[in-house]
Amino acid sequence: MTGKKKKGEIINSFSWKIGGPAGFGIKASGEIMSKALMRAGLWVFDTDEYPSLIRGGHNTYQVRASDEEIHSAVRQLDILVALDEATITKNFREMRKGGIIIYEETTAPVSKIKTLIKKRGDIRLFPFPLVKIAEEEGNILMRNVVAIAASLAITAFPITVLNAVLRDFFRKKGSRVISSNIHAAMRGYKLAEKYAKEEITDYAVRLVPLVNDKNGKKKRILLTGNDATAMGAVQAGMKLYAAYPMTPASSILHTLAALERKYSLVVKHTEDELAAMNMAIGAGFAGVRAMVGTSGGGFALMTEALGMAGCSEVPVVAVVSQRVGPSTGMPTFTEQGDLRFVMHASQGDFPRVVLAPGDVEEAFYKIGEAFNYSEEYQLPVIVLLDKYLSESHKSVNPFRTSRVKIRRGKLLSQKELNALKEYNRYEITPTGVSRRVIPGMKGGVHHVTSYEHDETGHFTEDSRERTAMVDKRMRKLEYLKKRLPEPMLYGNKRAKITIVTWGTPKGAILEAMKLLKKEGVLINLLHYIYILPFREEPLMKISRRNRLIIAENNATGQFASVIREKTGVYIKDRILKYDGRPFFPEEIKEDVLRIIRGDSK
Amino acid sequence: MKIADLSTNDKPNWCPGCGNYGILMAMKQALVSLNIPPHNTVVVSGIGCSGKIVHWLKTYGFETLHGRPLPVATGIKLANNRLTVIANGGDGDGYGIGGNHFIHSLRRNPDITYIVHNNMVYSLTTGQTSPTSQKGFKSKSTPFGVIELPVNPLKVGLAMGGSFIARGYAGDLAHLSKIIAAGIKHKGFSLIDVLQPCVVFNKVNTYDFYKKRVYKLEEEGHNVRDVEAAWRKADEWGERIPIGIFYTDDRESYEQDLPQLAKKPLALQELNADVRRELMERYA
Ligand SMILES: Cc1ncc(C[n+]2csc(CCOP(=O)(O)OP(=O)(O)O)c2C)c(N)n1
Repeated sequence: MTGKKKKGEIINSFSWKIGGPAGFGIKASGEIMSKALMRAGLWVFDTDEYPSLIRGGHNTYQVRASDEEIHSAVRQLDILVALDEATITKNFREMRKGGIIIYEETTAPVSKIKTLIKKRGDIRLFPFPLVKIAEEEGNILMRNVVAIAASLAITAFPITVLNAVLRDFFRKKGSRVISSNIHAAMRGYKLAEKYAKEEITDYAVRLVPLVNDKNGKKKRILLTGNDATAMGAVQAGMKLYAAYPMTPASSILHTLAALERKYSLVVKHTEDELAAMNMAIGAGFAGVRAMVGTSGGGFALMTEALGMAGCSEVPVVAVVSQRVGPSTGMPTFTEQGDLRFVMHASQGDFPRVVLAPGDVEEAFYKIGEAFNYSEEYQLPVIVLLDKYLSESHKSVNPFRTSRVKIRRGKLLSQKELNALKEYNRYEITPTGVSRRVIPGMKGGVHHVTSYEHDETGHFTEDSRERTAMVDKRMRKLEYLKKRLPEPMLYGNKRAKITIVTWGTPKGAILEAMKLLKKEGVLINLLHYIYILPFREEPLMKISRRNRLIIAENNATGQFASVIREKTGVYIKDRILKYDGRPFFPEEIKEDVLRIIRGDSK
Repeated sequence: MKIADLSTNDKPNWCPGCGNYGILMAMKQALVSLNIPPHNTVVVSGIGCSGKIVHWLKTYGFETLHGRPLPVATGIKLANNRLTVIANGGDGDGYGIGGNHFIHSLRRNPDITYIVHNNMVYSLTTGQTSPTSQKGFKSKSTPFGVIELPVNPLKVGLAMGGSFIARGYAGDLAHLSKIIAAGIKHKGFSLIDVLQPCVVFNKVNTYDFYKKRVYKLEEEGHNVRDVEAAWRKADEWGERIPIGIFYTDDRESYEQDLPQLAKKPLALQELNADVRRELMERYA
């Protein structure tokens, strides 16, 4: 795809980025842009990059839109809106051939890098009076809205869709704010339209709304992994959420807190993560579906209680949205560096489930499964997200909420309990799962403990009882493993090269597969969502016939080491990225080509 | 209801003479006097000698982690606010490692009764200093004597807006069981710090020590609604040591301020949410 038009060609797809210091409304701009394009029936994906501070710094927001489904961010840009100089210097190298930089000399001077831009020769500069228009319309902050309008004018996208989004977006701020934003947008749009007609006559990118259903709108939704996780949890019957704010998990807390009364949940911002996890476990013991959400640092504080959930067999779901480590690391950047940590967190052997959704849809549906497994198998379930999934928006067809089934396993009703002659909370069973009753039920009085215990729950240090209890707990995992869905194989089954990944690199790899196909290289993707328990057979089967390449967002190939440990398969070829950024399809393509051509890096 | 209804077949394994026996019996008496059925009571404990109490009571129970009984108890209460929830822990458990939960539970005011087995020493770990050990107290971890001042839990309780602040004595069963009953009846967080002699590791704060010193606030006309009087009494520690209810007020409990719990506890609500419309409203 290039910005230069071949005869008659129209490209209904673009990648757009806006950048500037914090406080310039970069995030708002991205969200407005995404929503406008999504409402016009286009597929959308967006992602932002921002430092951990409130004012200043370099913030960007990338929006992609297309008439085909989009799965990831990309490196290359069609349009760059620069609200400051840094946006140009840090991003101009990503411009596609014929790409356009919208900027204003007074606030984002290109003079310093003009020679570099000239040298490339294929970037178009589009100076535009963003601040001037915004100020004349009453508020310099509206320069971003002027820039959005100008971008849309260049791509001939109808302004009316934008106006409707502005109306929704600023509804709470009142009609004056709405009308001045719409005015500013109109002026930006008209002026840019005029310039574009005069100066960029051969631009191929044309964003044409896809009007499909009878109301003139394609009904899709646009949401982040955190949004999907929060909504999925409510759908799955979660009743208590306890958390301590930590990027990138915080927006789950915000979303759920707002829904607390409407859906009859208790959402608690606790004094620390220790309290959050212990509170959720208390609630789980008392019979409600409870969840915590945090990032690696907060999860470190939850690890002791995680083991308690394992030992006392109390169901609990922990969402861990990974960010760059070690320690405080790079709080607002993405990484998949906590896999080994969550797999082994807390002392001793106990069963747990670890799963990592790869995209927004999986986030919604899998959180429901997390609750089901936690109750059916009475163990902690850890759901790994990362900054990239947590905070990037993807357009999706509305979720089918009826697909979310609630399975509570061996949780007894009072009637079922009454029918029992004897009740033992930790009865040894073939599956390892014992019947569960909750406080308040007559005839079920028992206690649970973080100590080793016998079938009644009473603590024990007896060697036989201890061994039997460990075996009982661990059996649950063997039993569950046979029932877990297998990893998905995407792409051509006959391909001879398979990329293996877990969690979020899925999107970029799906797109890289298309790019590679254009180069005549056929690959497929084996995507693991469930890491613990681990389904070995699919990996072993494919390893016998295909060359495997692992791709993961960490420095040491944590999943590759899990695969080797579980299957003996050593994957030598690795695409590892740990600069805090997600994978881009272009670089996966380049790395795959490099690997199969045998080049060394 | 009888005491026997709350007793398990096993005998407690505390040391002979341990103050915990008194606390266990006082709890049973309080529950019997209030006629709360065992299946509606959840006793939550931390780790320590005190933590074992759940094993000797025939109610629902959760022996949690060292320092964590309060958040677990809060989770249970939020999940099912019809249950009577009683948390137990040692002084190390509650005022040391669990100190953050302690201060926040006071201001949060969940309807939980919190009984602290305050023996001023770490007993289960065989005798180290505790946050409430008196200055100069010699122990395995402080052979030259404690340098810090002790935590005064009652003053912390008052400072953090605690709605029920009391001190009991494990050697006065009848009095202690009345305080515990009052704490359970109180709609909010009830702090009951219990002077608990440890006959093995604390040779200073013994039964003898307390017998000479404790007196009952209610016998000296203390007004439990007078917060300034409570502060003065909380400061008294020496020749005379007050026990009884220091302060109480009627502010709303945490659960009372949650309308989502008004009709039915969370644990008994149907899991029938459908977010279909919500998704379209928020994200379309
Ligand atoms: C995280 C953690 N640290 C340390 C311990 C070891 N430990 C168990 S009980 C205890 C202290 C006991 O003192 P206290 O809480 O006053 O209770 P007591 O035994 O005196 O009733 C300690 C340090 C532990 N179980 N967990």
